[in-house]
Amino acid sequence: MDRIVVDRITKTYVEGKGKSRKETTALRGVSFSCAEGEIFGLIGPDGAGKTTLFRILTTLILPDGGQARIDGLDIVQDFREIRKRVGYMPGRFSLYQDLTVEENMNLFASIFHTTVEENYHLVKEIYQQIEPFKDRRAGQLSGGMKQKLALSCALIHQPRVLLLDEPTTGVDAVSRKEFWDMLDRLKAQGLTILVSTPYMDEAARCDKVGLIQDGQLFSLDTPQGICDEFTDPLWAVAGPAMYELLQALRRSELVRTAFAFGDSHHVTLADPTREAETALLRWLADQGHPDLQWKRISPTIEDRFMAFSTESHA
Amino acid sequence: MPEHAIEARELTKRFGDFTAVDHISFDVREGEIFGFLGANGAGKTTAMRMLIALSFPTSGSARVAGYDLLKQPEQIKRSIGYMSQRFSLYQDLTVNENIRFYGGIYGLSDNMLATRTRELLQRLGLENEAGQLVGSLPLGWKQKLAFSVAILHRPKIVFLDEPTGGVDPVTRRAFWEMIYEAAASGITVFVTTHYMDEAEYCDRVSIMVDGRIDAMDTPANLKRDFQAASMDEVFLQLARKATRGE
Repeated sequence: MDRIVVDRITKTYVEGKGKSRKETTALRGVSFSCAEGEIFGLIGPDGAGKTTLFRILTTLILPDGGQARIDGLDIVQDFREIRKRVGYMPGRFSLYQDLTVEENMNLFASIFHTTVEENYHLVKEIYQQIEPFKDRRAGQLSGGMKQKLALSCALIHQPRVLLLDEPTTGVDAVSRKEFWDMLDRLKAQGLTILVSTPYMDEAARCDKVGLIQDGQLFSLDTPQGICDEFTDPLWAVAGPAMYELLQALRRSELVRTAFAFGDSHHVTLADPTREAETALLRWLADQGHPDLQWKRISPTIEDRFMAFSTESHA
Repeated sequence: MPEHAIEARELTKRFGDFTAVDHISFDVREGEIFGFLGANGAGKTTAMRMLIALSFPTSGSARVAGYDLLKQPEQIKRSIGYMSQRFSLYQDLTVNENIRFYGGIYGLSDNMLATRTRELLQRLGLENEAGQLVGSLPLGWKQKLAFSVAILHRPKIVFLDEPTGGVDPVTRRAFWEMIYEAAASGITVFVTTHYMDEAEYCDRVSIMVDGRIDAMDTPANLKRDFQAASMDEVFLQLARKATRGE
């Protein structure tokens, strides 16, 4: 059964009155579903509508249109029951900074009429890592420890659905990997997880991915499916002077798109033929870039995202 | 002018019996883009706060922009730009007001400020938003604006603490093009990031583990030395050795 069903949800914020009235549409009809024991990744830039969707699904605000069900319950009619069944980690650290680690845990447990002892087994693996600091105030914790405490607090009432809004933003590469390993283990226990992130590499660890921009999902598929939507031949090129090389690529009429991707630039051609490839490399050599490493590559989710975002902005 | 924008020698910072930064020594060349990497809690921000003269070392010394950290901290502050991890502009001031405020702090004349404001707004394509509150701008624009403001007074060095955290891929790339442009104009760039693809954009990177610098070289050399396919792998190999918590 689908644990999360989102059906054509819309939301517009209105600010001010009369002349200064301003409308901002955050969601323009978003639909997707997520099965038991699945991780659904919502990938998109700041301002795409991700947080609005989280607030609607956690029953904190009402949608203007559309419907959504969490664990079979309607987000408008059954909001009280839903709140017992979801664990929520907001994008901004929202625990009590002036309570200690342990006090925060006890508070969240008591709100849901349980105790930390009763459900210790649910959070043990994560909570153990911060338990040595249980007398420290939450405000004094480092970013990674705050993240672990927030996840522990979101899990303490044994939710069936976890909603995580950018849990790894600002977290280092090692901690991000550890965090995703934890999500895998929670998923194996049957939890359904909706998670948003600006990190494209994390998309690959989801079962399903929705790419969101301007309040709309423009792509909804498995990670591999999303990569497959990128059908243009793609090349990676690298040389000693990378920034100058990028500028040169952008000047060439043979090149359609050129984006920096770490140690190489990813390039699509206006006319992807062997002749165009040869002509481009010869032209680049004339521009002061001989001996480049040039090879055909498979697209990643980030390639797909870049292609969509730049097309829609153009 | 010195050959090095930054020279750190045995720089150390202790808080009680905790050594946050443990005898680090390194040089950053002028005009270089230097990536300062490390896991959360490795000591990056503490080290950076010393280099921008906001905090004094327990021991060791450094020269920043040609000035002695211990003797000339105020000259250092005037010669550098800094963009903090937490967004550093005033949300409830307009774009114009923020520029004027920072220009004033750095002592730009009215004439110079007017010229640079015009240039800045034009370069960012923000002419029509000059009167808007910064709080109402999208995050990507805010970050580009914060960077432009940090180099408004044409500092010798600009320090960027996780400038692209939480930003989408398109905006991250646009931001790095601004960094390249600043470096090409002669500004030395000292930058921290959690995105390992961005580490590849740096001329050289250092990786901090438990308060010490465990590796420092060009991304290409580090990948060769650690027999790694990417900077991500190099980082994981080093950061996993960390023994202290955050």
